[in-house]
Amino acid sequence: MSSSHTDAHDDAPHFSLKDYGTGFALSVVLTAIPFWLVMSGALGDKTLTALVIAGFAVVQVVVHMIYFLHMNTKSQGGWNFLALVFTLILVGIVLSGSLWVMYHLNHNMMPMPHNMNELP
Amino acid sequence: MSKHQFAAPQAGGLTAQYFDLDEHDHPEGGSTLLGFWIYLMSDCLIFAMLFAAYGVLGGNYAAGPGPKDLFELPLVAINTAMLLFSSITYGFAMIAMQRGRVAGVQGWLLVTALFGAAFLSIELYEFSHLIADGATPQRSAFLSAFFTLVGTHGLHVTFGLIWLGTLLVQLGQSGLTEANKRRLLCLSMFWHFLDVVWVGVFTFVYLMGTLR
Repeated sequence: MSSSHTDAHDDAPHFSLKDYGTGFALSVVLTAIPFWLVMSGALGDKTLTALVIAGFAVVQVVVHMIYFLHMNTKSQGGWNFLALVFTLILVGIVLSGSLWVMYHLNHNMMPMPHNMNELP
Repeated sequence: MSKHQFAAPQAGGLTAQYFDLDEHDHPEGGSTLLGFWIYLMSDCLIFAMLFAAYGVLGGNYAAGPGPKDLFELPLVAINTAMLLFSSITYGFAMIAMQRGRVAGVQGWLLVTALFGAAFLSIELYEFSHLIADGATPQRSAFLSAFFTLVGTHGLHVTFGLIWLGTLLVQLGQSGLTEANKRRLLCLSMFWHFLDVVWVGVFTFVYLMGTLR
């Protein structure tokens, strides 16, 4: 690809059967294993299973990004990638922050009797 | 053609100022793909909020049915397969576009639309069963968060299908013009993005819900 910015299609990714095929095959494997793990209970421990399938999800998202969305650090002069990184940081803050704060809120709000006179 | 011109020197004559007098070249659609990507990233934030809401509220069943009573994993697996198939067939449409074959693009887009429609039908079937069993969005915070998250994804797929139909008509009218190619590229990103979100949905909502 040339580095010229005048032609809109310089920025269009190159599509190849090999990329899509690889992405598809990886996705099938990365989807089938978590479903199998949960449906058969092969790992036994639930927390361990949850962690493993979360790991598979992260890997599959990366596979989709690379092979289906053709993400790389150079397309659109790197702005695509920068926007993605910025979004991932925000998503990380939103998710971890919400879960953390609300978990502690639930934890600290102990059930109280409706009638305060019952308190010792 | 000079892009910059000197402004008239000021009284002191020491400072020269540059002005951009000629607007530089902005080819039509040159920044559409980046703009669309930024839109997708904002969409990603919407889904992050819904995932966070589900993560916080997902355990509040209000003495109603929980994920274990409601979710049927074989159905979810078929649904996941439909969306994954539609992703690869959209990829085939893009390869046909690269080779300049209009009929190939239209054919693969049609197959993609069928898989997308199958996905939506299965999802609506699942929702109708849940609602018939009394597991409505009003039942508990868990079900409100579930229907909002999965429903928003389904709504995106619906709009993707409408967009796909529109593109099929536009392709029939004017073929693979530059504008139509650009639209195909944008829908490609949108469609694959929905598959990425679905990976999060089936892992964190369905599989982890069943584990709980």
